[in-house]
Amino acid sequence: MNASARANEWLTAVTWRRLLRDRPIVPLMGLLAILVLVIELADPGIVSPEWTGVIVRASVPLAILAGCQTLTMLTGGIDLSVAAIGSMAGFVTATLVHSPGGVAEGIIVALAAAALAGLLTGIGVGVFRVHPLIMTLGMSFVVLGLSNVWQLQMVQTGAGVPDSLRWIGSSTLAQVVPYNLLVFIPLTLLILLGLRRTGYGRLLYAIGDNPVAARLSGTRAWQVLIVLYVISAVMAAIAGLLISGLTNTASVSLVDTSLLPAVAAAVIGGTSILGGRGGFGGTIVGALILTVLTALLTVLGLPEPTRQVVFGSIIVVVAAAYTRVTSES
Amino acid sequence: MTATATGLLLEATDVSKTYGAVVALKAASLAVRPGEVHALMGANGAGKSTLVKILTGAVHPDSGRIAVRGRERTVHSPGEARRGGLVSVYQEPSLIPDLDIRANLRLTDTPLEPFRHWLTQLGIENLDLSSMARRLPLATLRIVDLARALAIEPDVLMLDEMTAALPANLTQRVLEAVASHRGGDRSIIFISHRLIEIASVCDRATVLREGETVGVVDVTPGSEERIIELMLGQIAGEMPAVAGRTAAHRASVTTPRISVRGLASGTKLQDVSFELHPGEVLGVVALEGQGQDELFDILAGSQRPSSGELLVDGSAASFRHPADAIRAGLVYVAADRAEALLMQRSVRENIALPFTTRVRRWGLIDLRAERETVDAAVSRLQIDARAGNEVRRLSGGNQQKVTIARWVAGGVRTMLCFDPTRGIDIRTKQQIYLLLRDLAEAGAAVLLYTSELKEVQLVCDRAIVIFGGRVVEEISGTDADEATLLRAAYHLRSDAAMPEAVAAETVAAETVAAETVAPRASDAANGPGAEAAPPEQADPETSR
Ligand SMILES: Nc1ncnc2c1ncn2[C@@H]1O[C@H](COP(=O)(O)OP(=O)(O)OP(=O)(O)O)[C@@H](O)[C@H]1O
Ligand SMILES: [Mg+2]
Repeated sequence: MNASARANEWLTAVTWRRLLRDRPIVPLMGLLAILVLVIELADPGIVSPEWTGVIVRASVPLAILAGCQTLTMLTGGIDLSVAAIGSMAGFVTATLVHSPGGVAEGIIVALAAAALAGLLTGIGVGVFRVHPLIMTLGMSFVVLGLSNVWQLQMVQTGAGVPDSLRWIGSSTLAQVVPYNLLVFIPLTLLILLGLRRTGYGRLLYAIGDNPVAARLSGTRAWQVLIVLYVISAVMAAIAGLLISGLTNTASVSLVDTSLLPAVAAAVIGGTSILGGRGGFGGTIVGALILTVLTALLTVLGLPEPTRQVVFGSIIVVVAAAYTRVTSES
Repeated sequence: MTATATGLLLEATDVSKTYGAVVALKAASLAVRPGEVHALMGANGAGKSTLVKILTGAVHPDSGRIAVRGRERTVHSPGEARRGGLVSVYQEPSLIPDLDIRANLRLTDTPLEPFRHWLTQLGIENLDLSSMARRLPLATLRIVDLARALAIEPDVLMLDEMTAALPANLTQRVLEAVASHRGGDRSIIFISHRLIEIASVCDRATVLREGETVGVVDVTPGSEERIIELMLGQIAGEMPAVAGRTAAHRASVTTPRISVRGLASGTKLQDVSFELHPGEVLGVVALEGQGQDELFDILAGSQRPSSGELLVDGSAASFRHPADAIRAGLVYVAADRAEALLMQRSVRENIALPFTTRVRRWGLIDLRAERETVDAAVSRLQIDARAGNEVRRLSGGNQQKVTIARWVAGGVRTMLCFDPTRGIDIRTKQQIYLLLRDLAEAGAAVLLYTSELKEVQLVCDRAIVIFGGRVVEEISGTDADEATLLRAAYHLRSDAAMPEAVAAETVAAETVAAETVAPRASDAANGPGAEAAPPEQADPETSR
């Protein structure tokens, strides 16, 4: 292929389709840039380093929750328990703030509880073959119920979001760089590396692409799935802690409003809900897009119902575009 | 080409199609006369399937003209092509797995009566139309695909490797159905890598090489050489021959790699016993549905036997999962590549998949070592991996090679191959025969089920014949000519006369290609071959 032929090819619609399918992150970045441009036009001067910091800070927990969806969706699953688990984590930590072990104890208990929930989900999905949608939905009710029980137990002791969580969840360096990146960047590197360079990552894609082929090649899917849902639950707990720090709130339904945006961010980011296709890079951009979109709709001063309609429509349009593109052979 | 534009049923001129950097077709032309069976030949990746997809509107060409009965046409979709009289049976089964057969037929407006008629003609009588497509074996799916196409009575019917997944008896029915179209006013475009089939049913052949039409040949006795030469761009004689087998140096001295005793499962597999030794290639020969699928599934760990014993290297083994079989060194080249491949993943990931399945291999991958191993396997099997970032974009034959490469890459102790050369072109087939022999020389044990009977004599040290779920005969590789194998496969005693049709076909085929063709199962069913009934009905007394 010489350079001019390449250049010509670049212009065809087919190439764009391919690009959108093989490297979804490039057109997504374009979409993100357009949204930023529009918001700047709608409210000149709004885009600034500080504004960017606010957007990033809000996107981080969403991106982590969307990461849970990405990982599970790669295997053809989904994790609807992230909201309940994330809320539970923030809530448990807040109630344990005056315990002898302090914040550390709270966080450890929260993460352990999350991991336990993930383990049970993983066993349900991997060993008993319950559909992930049902299993995680069921698990979210279980976790919510237990959180409520916990709430009644702990009603005596004082509770409050610990300062350290507030710091990492909401503070920024020089009014620009949010500290939650201290959690997010290592986590992201771990996920990207895990998906691209490890045997485990390969198996996630393999199971989602063709479970029969994965099995015939010697993959024991249950092992992979159990680990997967534990990872997803722990990530959900981390996101919950960050959200609790960001909003300085702890409640058993804190993360609920982020659940569907998290699924949407993963889908917009190019992860196929049918499994086998996608990645975390696109998901991060998807989360940024949704956050900017929310900001834009707020700036435009649209009434809440209209905002929801626009928000939903955009998700549907992007998802439909993917379906068209990826079904082309 | 040479034919005048008038009088042609279908004419495609200078068709081209590029996918990114991959040129699938560059200047393909094809002219089909009414009433002929026209072969479309070419090595793996030559562009045959792409051309068929373009003719039926499933893929849109970059350039080129298509004319039907002299009138130029643009075909936008397979549905439109169907209404215009062009129908294809594609290389991969095109039934929707989660619908039953009846619903699938409705999708293509297939009339039910003719469909049933053709199904019977093709040798599948008791198909339950309400069974889910995904539950049917591959061979049946192919026949259903074909019957569906025949029922529509298209002007031009295109068969893309229709016979590749079929055992001898069904292949014969298909060839009969194809031959019955000769001389009428409708035509067939026939794609197959088996020259014997081309010789027996085709009138002319168009040969593609690297996306270009390089010649049109009248199929006559002796034209095979010419076709191969055109296909490969080299003289046929230069193809590497399969090395002579070294004498059987095994048997009593070594512990058998696998020893199977009285294996049974369900109604299909009744009682199979054999031994497979290191250093040998053991052939398995059987007609459709004699229990060979179950046997391979059990050995590969996908299914558990209802009774019987399996010893691996002398000790009892029981597999609950394919991973157990793999750990014991038994790797399985599956019958259906759609079951074996991750279609959206790269060639590399597909080949490397077995490397990372065990928990202790879940960590970081040594990418460089992996690349070396994968590249070695890719070149050993001559996989054209230009479109290799997604396996589904490879040509059918190249996909098939990936399923073999996966196991060869990791080093083989025992390989279970179910029709491994399905859809692979003649040159690469030779390479695979060599590969299997090399593996055996290096001490591996290979169990090879093949529906292409001549492979047995080419690569196997000996062969077992399964009929009605039992091993009915063992034949040494040197004696395993097609006639003998067929006789055994139909469970005819060697002194019994072959059914007339078998004999007739044999003579006819020998004059064309010095090879034999499968017998007509329809006649066999009335003659002494009546034993070729499904195993459930087979009289257990007739089997040893
Ligand atoms: N969707 C696609 N994307 C990229 N390349 C493709 C695609 N489909 C086909 N090709 C390429 O086009 C070439 C021709 O493929 P085609 O399937 O027509 O071969 P074929 O002659 O049918 O081979 P076989 O005998 O193996 O079935 C191959 O190199 C293949 O990789
Ligand atoms: Mg093909």
